[in-house]
Amino acid sequence: MTNPQTAKRVRAGGLHAAAIVIFLFSVFPVYWMVATAFKPNDEIFTTRFIPFPLAPTMEHVSRVLTKGVAGHSIWQYLFNSAVVALGTVLIGAVFALLAATAVARFRFRFRTSFLILLLVVQMVPAEALTIPLFLMIKRLGLYDQLLGLIILNMGFTLPFAIWMLRTFVAAVPKELEEAAAIDGASRFVTFWKVLFPLVAPGLVATSIFSFITAWNEFVFALTLINDQGKYTMPVALQYFNSQRSTDWGGIMAASTLMTIPVIVFFLFVQRRMVSGLVAGAVKG
Amino acid sequence: MAQTSTIARGGGDSSAPARRRQKAPRRGRGLPDWAIPYAFLLPGLLVIAVLLLYPLYQMIDMSFHKVGLRQIRPNPQPAEFLGLQNYTDVFKSDLFWTSLRNTVVFAAVTVALTLLLGTLVGLLLHRLGKKMSTFLIIGIMAAWATPPTATAIIWKWLFDSDAGVANWALNQLPDWLSNALFGRSDWSGQPWLNEPFTIYLVLVVAVVWASFPFIAVSVLAGLKAIPSELYEAARVDGSSPLRTFRKITFPLLKPVFSVLLVLSIIWDFKVFTHLYVLAGGTTNREAFNLPIWAYTEAFSAPPKMGFGAAISVILTVIMLIITAVYVRQIVRTEDL
Repeated sequence: MTNPQTAKRVRAGGLHAAAIVIFLFSVFPVYWMVATAFKPNDEIFTTRFIPFPLAPTMEHVSRVLTKGVAGHSIWQYLFNSAVVALGTVLIGAVFALLAATAVARFRFRFRTSFLILLLVVQMVPAEALTIPLFLMIKRLGLYDQLLGLIILNMGFTLPFAIWMLRTFVAAVPKELEEAAAIDGASRFVTFWKVLFPLVAPGLVATSIFSFITAWNEFVFALTLINDQGKYTMPVALQYFNSQRSTDWGGIMAASTLMTIPVIVFFLFVQRRMVSGLVAGAVKG
Repeated sequence: MAQTSTIARGGGDSSAPARRRQKAPRRGRGLPDWAIPYAFLLPGLLVIAVLLLYPLYQMIDMSFHKVGLRQIRPNPQPAEFLGLQNYTDVFKSDLFWTSLRNTVVFAAVTVALTLLLGTLVGLLLHRLGKKMSTFLIIGIMAAWATPPTATAIIWKWLFDSDAGVANWALNQLPDWLSNALFGRSDWSGQPWLNEPFTIYLVLVVAVVWASFPFIAVSVLAGLKAIPSELYEAARVDGSSPLRTFRKITFPLLKPVFSVLLVLSIIWDFKVFTHLYVLAGGTTNREAFNLPIWAYTEAFSAPPKMGFGAAISVILTVIMLIITAVYVRQIVRTEDL
């Protein structure tokens, strides 16, 4: 401690050690999922600690890929999840872009009320609304239909999507649109040729956020889908349990399959999600 | 001080462009100018009204009625009006108190741990060099990005009674230490996911694991916005790190913390997926929280949807009270 140089080095060492501990805490469970997916059963069902697959095997992965779960191919579930997530994004993006343009570009009565409404509805727990939504979907004849899930996911991701997208629209200089308007471009052409290309990156970020949310969604999928052929991945994952035992190798292989697209997409939007969520607070 | 600049920014781009737009030549067709924003808003507003506001109204309405099988069938019969019966039944039920306790205690513990760990990691990220902080951010992103169902499944596996890593690790502790800490040394076969208390222990770990990265990255974003001169001045004055945090970092990040606090409370109050997966569905009644109890009453046979709706209304009221804080904070700091 007498030497400030040493004290500094000790402190830096402490910070690095803490960083490594936190890194391991974060990564180990994910690593363990992947490692289990590639272990043979005798390495899975043991009280010993086997840090990595000693005899790596594709048996779980290939079983999940070829035989599937609960009588249906895993591709079916992945496909259902993809349909729901993409449907949510495609419908939601149009609505979100329109509404975000309205709040970012125009000043009008009820604008602030609408923004506050966006904040408040985001806080209503989807779990609490499941009961009336279930009845609504049933009456509309959308029970057991992926379309019903798409509609609900779209509704529940929309408030945040508008909230996030409006900052991107606001960032496009108005002068560009005004110049186009003065040059005689119609409102639609101005929107399509000037605003849209500049907002596109924001639209991508917002869409990825909605995609991930819909891809992960569990409660609606659990409640509104009874037909196993229409399960999405999160619900299908629950069916690796039999009465006596759980097929841990299979469930870890399937979980890994489900997680890969999310991690890939997440890398793109992580920063924007933060700024969208804590937007004003951080700036202020 | 920063707030005034936000207001100025908000005031700067008032209605000027709309006025200028009127002068710009345009085709005869189309809506009058004043109607354009409303037309843009309409689809989104309709979606929100139909999928969020109307169900909210319906949920409240249902909570005063007896809604069961006869009301769900293809030719539904009108629901019997019960007045406050569902609510009195909820308050009389033993499950109400265990569920409420589970919900509140879990949220309190998890929010505290998430914010503490998240803030510490945020501060750590700020002090680390560029390479090391990128390395750590990539690491915590793995936890953050993992889908909730997968998260729950992974932790269920880590705490498996026979082959779980948790039991193995506890068995590695020297016997005297394990005895001193927990009063036992043999953890083989410890069934974590049978008892409500231990289910919630695992749930706390799993949810903190999944949610502290967001707090950390948000705190980091806030820290980066603080001018470094303040810290230099503090250092010149010989301020201790703890004092610097209390006098500079915390006051300046207060808006960030309050938003993060409320968001965390909201998320942890309604945790469903993680608990549903960890507790293995809706069989363990002792482990219910309010969302899972409401779900179970409404959707397991015989369906008691009005009763479930009453539970949901209670949950929603609690959440909206908490939300008010959040909305006020955002309205105050954001240039709406």
